[in-house]
Amino acid sequence: MTSSSLLGSVLTGARLAAVHMGGPGVPTPGASGPYTGDPIFNHGMDLVVWAFVVVKVVVAFVIVMVSVLFMVMFERKVVAALGNRPGPNRAGPDGWLQSLADGIKLFFKETLVPEHADRLVYRLAPYLSLVPVFVAFSIVPVGGTISIGSYTTRLQLADPPWGILVMLMASGISVYGVMLAGWSSGSKYPLIGAVRASAQMISYEAALGLTVATVVVLSGSLHTSAIVAAQHGGFLYHWNIFRAFGAPAAIFFIAITAEMTRPPFDLVEAEEELAGGFNLEYSSIGFALFYLAEYAALVINSAIFTTLFLGGPDGPRIAGASVGPLWFVIKVLVLLYVYVWIRATLPRLRYDQLMDLGWKRLIPGSLAMLLIVVGARINWRWGLAALSGSLFAFILLTRAIEVSQGRHDEGAQLSELEAP
Amino acid sequence: MLAATQLAIASAWAVYAAGALLVIGGAAGVVLGRNPVHCALSLVTTIFGIALLFIDQGADFLAAVQIIVYAGAIVILFLFVIMLLGVDRKEARSHEGPRSLLPVGVVAGIVVVVELLVLVRVHYWATGSKAVTEAANGPGENIQKLGQSIFTGYLLPFEATSALLVIAVVAAVVLVRRSAQGAEAHPQRRSAVTGRLTPPAAQGPAMAVPAVVPAGAATEHAVERDGEAR
Repeated sequence: MTSSSLLGSVLTGARLAAVHMGGPGVPTPGASGPYTGDPIFNHGMDLVVWAFVVVKVVVAFVIVMVSVLFMVMFERKVVAALGNRPGPNRAGPDGWLQSLADGIKLFFKETLVPEHADRLVYRLAPYLSLVPVFVAFSIVPVGGTISIGSYTTRLQLADPPWGILVMLMASGISVYGVMLAGWSSGSKYPLIGAVRASAQMISYEAALGLTVATVVVLSGSLHTSAIVAAQHGGFLYHWNIFRAFGAPAAIFFIAITAEMTRPPFDLVEAEEELAGGFNLEYSSIGFALFYLAEYAALVINSAIFTTLFLGGPDGPRIAGASVGPLWFVIKVLVLLYVYVWIRATLPRLRYDQLMDLGWKRLIPGSLAMLLIVVGARINWRWGLAALSGSLFAFILLTRAIEVSQGRHDEGAQLSELEAP
Repeated sequence: MLAATQLAIASAWAVYAAGALLVIGGAAGVVLGRNPVHCALSLVTTIFGIALLFIDQGADFLAAVQIIVYAGAIVILFLFVIMLLGVDRKEARSHEGPRSLLPVGVVAGIVVVVELLVLVRVHYWATGSKAVTEAANGPGENIQKLGQSIFTGYLLPFEATSALLVIAVVAAVVLVRRSAQGAEAHPQRRSAVTGRLTPPAAQGPAMAVPAVVPAGAATEHAVERDGEAR
């Protein structure tokens, strides 16, 4: 009962984000602003519109699946190239069907459930980590519209009034998959991985939320379509990465890397310490789903970074034609390359370094950047005031950390307990 | 056209029924579940159901915050504590429970149901329209109106609440902080009977108390301190 209704609620949420929210509420509650809903809904909700929505859901699903197959191979190839190796080169042309072969192999393996596992939660966990990832993709505007007959629709699955919050919701919910997988395995190392995961993901969520708030302030809307539209016009310098003075984009990038537990923040699976971490006991489909969720999250978070900071499908016309989706794909590919590059170069952080970075650097930094951007939006005096205030706070904070560190060191020397 | 209207009504009912079922089913799961982790998951179900009902009422931002804050952070912390304390076994929770509280619970339940029925009967309270409050019906999006209310009419309560939260955080840090003075104020005592060091629970912050090696001596290096190389 519990698990099925929980899964049902997640799925219902997905359906709502996809269909209901963008759907029959046209004119939307926010129709007073510059935002107008997807033109497809101007027809009302007849059967053709329903068919459109269903087809869009299926297409988005297929795009994510294919991009995962591509991403797995892309990562293996690039990491191999960075290490002067050929990489997988047997299955298919130049090895590019290797991930497909791996997937087929995994799906035909036996599903093992450990004896001490909590069976219900153990089976549920992979889906809990997969579903939120796919939901997050529904709000990404790929750019442009497509017309069939009198029906015109955007290349975006859903544009709910809560817009970018869907992404924050998805990243909040996706913790459950990792956590419950580790706990329900009934085994020591997965549990340690799960506890690490929950602490890590919660720590970085605050910084993530604050940087998203910065972007929302810049664009004046939660709608992803409006966020992209606000960055349109003027190549490059209209993009949020420059309008927000760079730092929020960097913080967002680091925070989503930590949220996804990608290297160098992959303490959740840390092979050397935890023998693989939260998914250690999983085999077959369960393992494949975790793998799928991990790489889908990578692709989709790159897409969301593109939407928030790199102008989404914004870019110069090629041969007089607007090629938004092409620019979108190029930007996502560049980001994916950066992720692989980071994985191949940076060593894993220690746990205290991870927490220091999150709490003492990123959260105050993102808060300061939010204030500065808000101040600069009003006028330059307020911007200057926010900047100097943030610098002052930064000095105070650094000093406070130093002092408390000094006290701790002192205390450690003082408290020599008598050992009889 | 009529079919479309009926479809809209049917789907509105379906959304409401799904939300109500999630809320009630989740709540029942929280109360009846034997395993604390299953209970926490049922709580998540309830939160999702409430979020669904919020959306149905046109309170999109509230629904999003509901999921981000409650499902995404608070219940995660519950789970975190459950896992850290290791109370995730079925026998850890005695299901006999305080039987003496049963009549109180029944009476409270009856009172709540009666209150709800009375409130439903009151004409001006249950209007049947989507948003009960007037403010949400005007132009503009949820978040704009919310921001305007918070930063104009309700600025003082808002600031007071945030100050309260900061004070609570500081208090929590002070309470759990283990200091050098704390370790001195609670010197390790030996039990007269066994000759062993007394358990840390009786002596203040447990983390400041060194572990005991099999020979009976305190191992100072087992006490983790900030600032030391780990």
